[in-house]
Amino acid sequence: MAKSNRSAPPEVNAGSMADIAFLLLIFFLVTTTIQTDQGLTRKLPPIDKTNIDPPPIKEKNIFTVLVNRNDQLLVEDKLMDLKNLKQAAIDFLDNGGDGTCTYCKGANNVVSSDNPDKAIISLQNDAETSYKAYISVQNELVAAYYFLRDRECMARYGKTFRELEAMYEDPKTKEAQRLKIEPMIKDIQTLFPQKLSEAEPKRN
Amino acid sequence: MSKFKKKKEGGVPAISTASLPDIVFMLLFFFMVATVMKDNDLMIQNNLPKADQITKLEKKDRVMFIFAGKPHARYVNQYGVGARIQLNDRLSDVSEIRNFVLAERASRDPALEKVLTTALKIDKEVKMGLVGEIKQQLREMDALKINYTTTKGSVLD
Repeated sequence: MAKSNRSAPPEVNAGSMADIAFLLLIFFLVTTTIQTDQGLTRKLPPIDKTNIDPPPIKEKNIFTVLVNRNDQLLVEDKLMDLKNLKQAAIDFLDNGGDGTCTYCKGANNVVSSDNPDKAIISLQNDAETSYKAYISVQNELVAAYYFLRDRECMARYGKTFRELEAMYEDPKTKEAQRLKIEPMIKDIQTLFPQKLSEAEPKRN
Repeated sequence: MSKFKKKKEGGVPAISTASLPDIVFMLLFFFMVATVMKDNDLMIQNNLPKADQITKLEKKDRVMFIFAGKPHARYVNQYGVGARIQLNDRLSDVSEIRNFVLAERASRDPALEKVLTTALKIDKEVKMGLVGEIKQQLREMDALKINYTTTKGSVLD
């Protein structure tokens, strides 16, 4: 058949080139993840220049967490494992010792916190504490707050607090709905306010 | 029709290069989407700790980065083995955070100044003394919104 031009080699069919390219494209699209940064968002306390003494706080309303230079935890003067910290913080916040907290489900222990509104978690670390231990402790304490907020939000509005927050942040949410969500978030935040105080690291 | 037909009817038609631009464009778009424009050239070790109660940092124009960790092996002669902080592309002293924050603020939209977040990308081996100094500097500069950048994972292992 190709006797008349035997000198030229037969040409390659390039029709499938597009398919190959598409395969490659889809492969890379699936396998690449475009990295977004994520982490624990916190707010630093502003520097207080006034010399007013802070109001006195009852000892039982403070939950002290100490992290020493060997990354060991001392919670309320007792050595504790990191995995028990979340539950201990939940028990403390949810205690409702003076009976004014109608939504608390804790033990109503008189020697623990009066009300979530008064309960303060105080975190103190050593200058030699590792950052990893610090982040772990922060993470567990934030988890305790979120656990309680989620529970209360579920009971009142049928959604978790995280879902509400995500809806509020989502740019696709309509303005009218956002106005409806805002008081809900505020409400939950006042029920379980995040009172996490950090002392300056000890130097010794 | 048959008037223009050449004699060598039996030959295979030439490779069509009509789809070549499409392929090149596809590659181009792929690399445009997948490449990160400016990833700071890190001179320090930066193994982030793990956490699971995390929020995403969506808007890049509202974030400034402070890195901290031990210098890489090839910089040890120059900077020593102690943990250092990195601002933009050079190792700095904690006292330079002040000028860094001012420069970052000046380069952003003034309307964003209040919502500017500082992402702290700190190696998990760094001691809290250094982190405390960074935080104190940021408090003095009134840059109070911070994010401890972590990777996703359980803290217990």
